[in-house]
Amino acid sequence: MTTKAARLFRRMDGLFAVYKPQGVHWKLIRDTIESNLLKELNSCPPPAPQLAVKFQLLSSGENNGSKDLILSPSMLPSLANHPLVTGPQFHKVHVGVGHRLDAFSSGVLVLGVGKGNYVLEHLCKSHVTRDYTLEGEFGRATDDFSDTTRVIEKTTYDHVTQDKLERVLAMIQGANQKALITYSQMDLRTQEAYELAVKGLLYPHGKSPPILTGLRCIHFNPPHFTLEVQCVNETQKYLRKLIHEVGLELRSSAVCSGVRRTRDGPFKAENALTRQHWTADCIIQAIAHFRKTTRKIRKSGMYRQTDGQLNSSAKIQEQIRSEIGQSDQEHVELTSPTSDRIVDRVAPGTG
Amino acid sequence: MQLCRRCVSLLLSRPLLSAALQPSTHTLHQRSHHILLQPPVHSLTQRHSRETWTPCGRRNLSDHQAASPDVYNNKTDLAEREAEKHIVPFENLNVHQISNQESLSDMGLDAVVRPSPLQEISEEEAVQIQVPSALPPDSFTLKPYVDQSETLSKLVQLGVNLWELEQRPNVGSMLVRLDFHADVAPKLLFLKDLGVEESKLGTILTKNPFILTESLDNLEARVSYLKTKKFSQESVAVMVSKAPYLLNFSVERLDNRLGFFQKQLGLSAEKTRNVVTRLPKLLCRSLEPIKENLKVCELEFGFRGNEIQHIVTTVPKVLIANKRKLTQIFDFVHNTMDVPHSLIAKFPQVLNAKFLRIKERHLFLEYLGRAQYQPSQPNYISLDRLVFLPDDVFCSDVALATLEDFERFQKTL
Repeated sequence: MTTKAARLFRRMDGLFAVYKPQGVHWKLIRDTIESNLLKELNSCPPPAPQLAVKFQLLSSGENNGSKDLILSPSMLPSLANHPLVTGPQFHKVHVGVGHRLDAFSSGVLVLGVGKGNYVLEHLCKSHVTRDYTLEGEFGRATDDFSDTTRVIEKTTYDHVTQDKLERVLAMIQGANQKALITYSQMDLRTQEAYELAVKGLLYPHGKSPPILTGLRCIHFNPPHFTLEVQCVNETQKYLRKLIHEVGLELRSSAVCSGVRRTRDGPFKAENALTRQHWTADCIIQAIAHFRKTTRKIRKSGMYRQTDGQLNSSAKIQEQIRSEIGQSDQEHVELTSPTSDRIVDRVAPGTG
Repeated sequence: MQLCRRCVSLLLSRPLLSAALQPSTHTLHQRSHHILLQPPVHSLTQRHSRETWTPCGRRNLSDHQAASPDVYNNKTDLAEREAEKHIVPFENLNVHQISNQESLSDMGLDAVVRPSPLQEISEEEAVQIQVPSALPPDSFTLKPYVDQSETLSKLVQLGVNLWELEQRPNVGSMLVRLDFHADVAPKLLFLKDLGVEESKLGTILTKNPFILTESLDNLEARVSYLKTKKFSQESVAVMVSKAPYLLNFSVERLDNRLGFFQKQLGLSAEKTRNVVTRLPKLLCRSLEPIKENLKVCELEFGFRGNEIQHIVTTVPKVLIANKRKLTQIFDFVHNTMDVPHSLIAKFPQVLNAKFLRIKERHLFLEYLGRAQYQPSQPNYISLDRLVFLPDDVFCSDVALATLEDFERFQKTL
């Protein structure tokens, strides 16, 4: 007979996404979610108090005097298992964080609960890309590349046009594509490698620096401009530095006024939970919503193969892609479309 | 393992105890020396006079004076307490009146007479055998002692969170040593006479168990002092419920604090009483952070004296708020939202709100073009409505949008 608390605890297993507000450290969010889950678990009614046999010396009730003592057993509730003595039923819920976001940035933050933490590891090791929206402002340069710290340089930006910006972005993207090819450790002179590159299925193997697989400008209103970036292995400071370098290339300077993650692998911002919804029932609903994605990640992690199985993986990826279909066209132009899908790899044998 | 002679004599003097104490002899080894350093008779009876253990019955050895509460100052813990508990049931059987241990050790090991377990005894005697409870001599939790101890079970029935209290160092031992009828009951009756609700007694004791060790005279002196300062009976009760540590502070300290608030804030006696009744924590904490907060309000924020007075009387929590968070909120409200000092002083609740809430709501209103905080302009939104209303009411009445829109906007920030 399971208690309500145990049943609730068993449902807290999986991955879900949360929208992190700006200015908040990610650890605070993780702690808040853990304490909310614990609050819900500990508010479930505790089990009934255990009865213990106690012998009580009672007088027999007849007129025989006080020497006639009878030890009578009775089942009395024992206070030793009272919740005020034993403490709360649950002390800890394992809540893990996927790709972290620093305090200045905001956006989708993937969290794993219970058994989902193992899947979180697979997600981190897999080659999923992340989608960012960077907001920049021309005219200033700061030491931390963000707009709140000390200004070290001020420049004019009247000469900057959208055309020049596009050219600079194309140049940056070219450099990143070259880096991608180098770090994918594939010889592009082979036919299979060429086909993969054409379809955009290249990804860096092993350790690599941050690589942008896609970059474009979605809004230009001097001095403000907005870039959209898909990248791999990045940190938010690197992205702020990117804005700074864009400014430098344009013979001006720029600071980053916002870094916002809109997608982390298969977890998108539409399904991320906002602050009001960080309660246990909303979290369990979100876990249920992402159950299929979680299963795919786990499977792809289990069958993750070493470098020498590219042939099979390419064919399988193509099959999967054709099944799933191309649904997000808006950022497909410059990017590799596969990396936001978790690839289900069938066991080797189809080589 | 070699037991020293002292421990052997200790064991010998309590022959029937040895079986029960065997596993814990080692732990008692060092601590038993402490017991024997004092005259043994005292240490035993000290505790006996306080014993009220069910089912063993009451032990009132009124011929021995109860020792002073030096027992708390010894570095003894539950161990000796439990050692003495074991002795209690054997007194019932009148096997040995242990008055002097030296006489026993002279007799030697073989002189001890033990009844054999296979010996036949009558029904009456069988009924009267008291089985010693297998209480551990020391433990990390209060769980093994709760059922046996009247104090602890009554406290649990009152609603005191023993688990929370045993995490604090030494509080568990202190609670086990308390005698319900001598220590706990008078204080509880005192609190009840004061007017504290019975449902609140549990939380008060959980926050401040040391109210049970404070002497009754001191508590009464402090309450009478507060009454001379014209605090009514109900307000004293409310203050004790909100700040359980209040009555543990001496009269001079309370006097000092009240004087400080009256002087520094420049408020009348009536208003000071009002502020202190609403936030009695002011009397418990140290004054340095409060002085710093006042300085920040005056110098950094630039509020005038009467504005500060109004803020403090409306929202006393500003005095003990975190300086950094207060500065962050004020900076946002004054510089980003362009709200002047007078308006902030008129609605000081905004300084008490969460920063993220103010920020998101303000940015939403700005996005919709409804961010109007000047009372003279049309579509004016007052700061307290901005901050106090729950989300759905805020969206429908103030922002004139749906909750989904607000959430979608939150995800673009």
